[in-house]
Amino acid sequence: MTHNFPVLIVTVPLLSAFIISGLSWVKKSLCFPVALLALGTSVFCAIGLLFRVLDLGVVEYHMGGWMPPWGIAYRVDLLNGLMLVIVSLVALTNLVATHRTVVADFPEKHGTFYTLYVLFVTGLMGISVTGDVFNLYVLLEITSLTAYALIALGQPDRAPLASLNYVFIGTIGACFYLLGIGYLYIMTGSLNMADIASLLPPIYHSKAVLVAFIFCMVGVCTKMAFFPLHVWLPNAYTYAPDAATSVIAPLMTKVMVYVMIRLVFSVFLPDFSFHVLHISHAFVWLACLAIVMGSLLALSQKNIKTMLTYIIVSEIGYMVGGFWLGNRLGMSGAILHILNDAIMTLCLFLAVGNISYKIRELDFVHLKGLFRKMPITMAAFVAGGLSAIGVPPTCGFFSKWYLISGAIQAGQYGFMLALLFSSLVNVVLFFRIIEIAYFEPMEPHNDTTGLKGSIIEAPLTMLVPLLIVAVSLVVVGIYSGDIVTTLIAPILPKGIG
Amino acid sequence: MDVLIHHIIGKYNYWLYTILMMIGLYAMIAKNNLIKKLVGMNIFQTAIILFYVSIACKKGATIPIIEEHGGSVAGHAIRVADYINPLPHVLMLTAIVVSVSTFGVALALAVKIYQKYKTLEEDEILMRLRDK
Repeated sequence: MTHNFPVLIVTVPLLSAFIISGLSWVKKSLCFPVALLALGTSVFCAIGLLFRVLDLGVVEYHMGGWMPPWGIAYRVDLLNGLMLVIVSLVALTNLVATHRTVVADFPEKHGTFYTLYVLFVTGLMGISVTGDVFNLYVLLEITSLTAYALIALGQPDRAPLASLNYVFIGTIGACFYLLGIGYLYIMTGSLNMADIASLLPPIYHSKAVLVAFIFCMVGVCTKMAFFPLHVWLPNAYTYAPDAATSVIAPLMTKVMVYVMIRLVFSVFLPDFSFHVLHISHAFVWLACLAIVMGSLLALSQKNIKTMLTYIIVSEIGYMVGGFWLGNRLGMSGAILHILNDAIMTLCLFLAVGNISYKIRELDFVHLKGLFRKMPITMAAFVAGGLSAIGVPPTCGFFSKWYLISGAIQAGQYGFMLALLFSSLVNVVLFFRIIEIAYFEPMEPHNDTTGLKGSIIEAPLTMLVPLLIVAVSLVVVGIYSGDIVTTLIAPILPKGIG
Repeated sequence: MDVLIHHIIGKYNYWLYTILMMIGLYAMIAKNNLIKKLVGMNIFQTAIILFYVSIACKKGATIPIIEEHGGSVAGHAIRVADYINPLPHVLMLTAIVVSVSTFGVALALAVKIYQKYKTLEEDEILMRLRDK
């Protein structure tokens, strides 16, 4: 049983997705429990797998018993062990928290929604667990296709157009990645990550390997919405249904950052990426640009959900920049920030989901007096906001601390300034919302209940997961030292100073 | 001159796929009609499929089904150079499935957009959105 964890993580949700789509014809009320069971199994397997990796080191699983260079291998080390736990836990929490929203938003179609949801999570798990570059492409497309469909279920005026734009740009991104691995295949004749890594060193100076690297990176950067390639993200995430945004926003971009780290660590190797190529500076400067522009664009928004999407754009800059600093502190900060940003984004978007469940409007003007109406939701929102700003003891502070220390150690003061700038902008962004929601008087016309000034808090099934996420912001923050020493430090390759 | 010929004629498959890819990309960027953009996207994907299939090719080789010599293969060593590489073709079967499903999802979205706005011209849709 424990031996099969790597494959169960993917197959259980995959098969459940088919069962759910069948059940949606027979008995709709069973769709949610099956999805819950499937993702629960994934969480169980992911946590079991992480402990197994901590005990035994790298876990490998050969599909159908075919040995690696020929067959597809699933390879789990601490980095993707951690990713699997993040993905499965975020997906499960969001599934529970948004059940009410889904039933309310899609009374007829929630079977379809859950099918897509579980398939989406399957794709993300597969991307995290696989050790084969082409398998990664296929799972990437499974994830993207379901994400397109989930986004298109949103606001009927705008969502299809936003989703179609995402289809165009996302497909170009995936195609570039496919081209990149095509060049790798020409040069090495292999698709297995470990095998490619062992064959590449003698041909590091070949132009074809350089082209492969560039194509792969452009593809991955498009998919993760790294600044100049981010244009699809804000609209797609804003007009998606709330229940979908709060799973796509925390996971999709973070998993793509993981793919970038995986490509550098296990395919091209850090030696090539940092010493042969000399492009780490360019990446860090692009990341600075991403952080500053993301923050500035967030400042000009009037809708809370759109504002958060631009914050994601700048957070992607944190992770990419921190990683390409090329020292242990920066990389630890970047990997820790994947975890922290996933929790943080989940917390903020769940809170936004609760607000939209009750108020239906997310423009700033409709938020007046919200602290009195939804005190618990707003408290969780403030916790998420503080973490995005980087206030101790929330987890956002600690990853930012690692990133800034890394920037100073690498002498990248521009990156440090960009991080500080974005923290200051986040202060403005979140305190503006707190001011509107706390101090400004309520307007009678947006009081949908008719009971002026009374509490209209979201139901318990939405509040409890939100509070758990908000508390975990602080818990992860307090234990971030342990997380870095036990989980993240062993991942980093030896050559990194 | 020899170098030039070597680069253009000798590697014509790469040139072809690059040109096709650029045609697709051009359509996606410059065309106004959403369906034309979709066709551009499809050309872009097909160019990559062509690229993969062309790198499997070997001169004088045949399809990768082992010819039986008098009922048994055992007596003869299989010469790899006699058969083209089947792996890129297999990969592209998957890629074709992906591209077909992407196209399907995109067409479904285009239908939704058409039902909403009664047009598929991007500038008209954007104009209507701005008027709101």
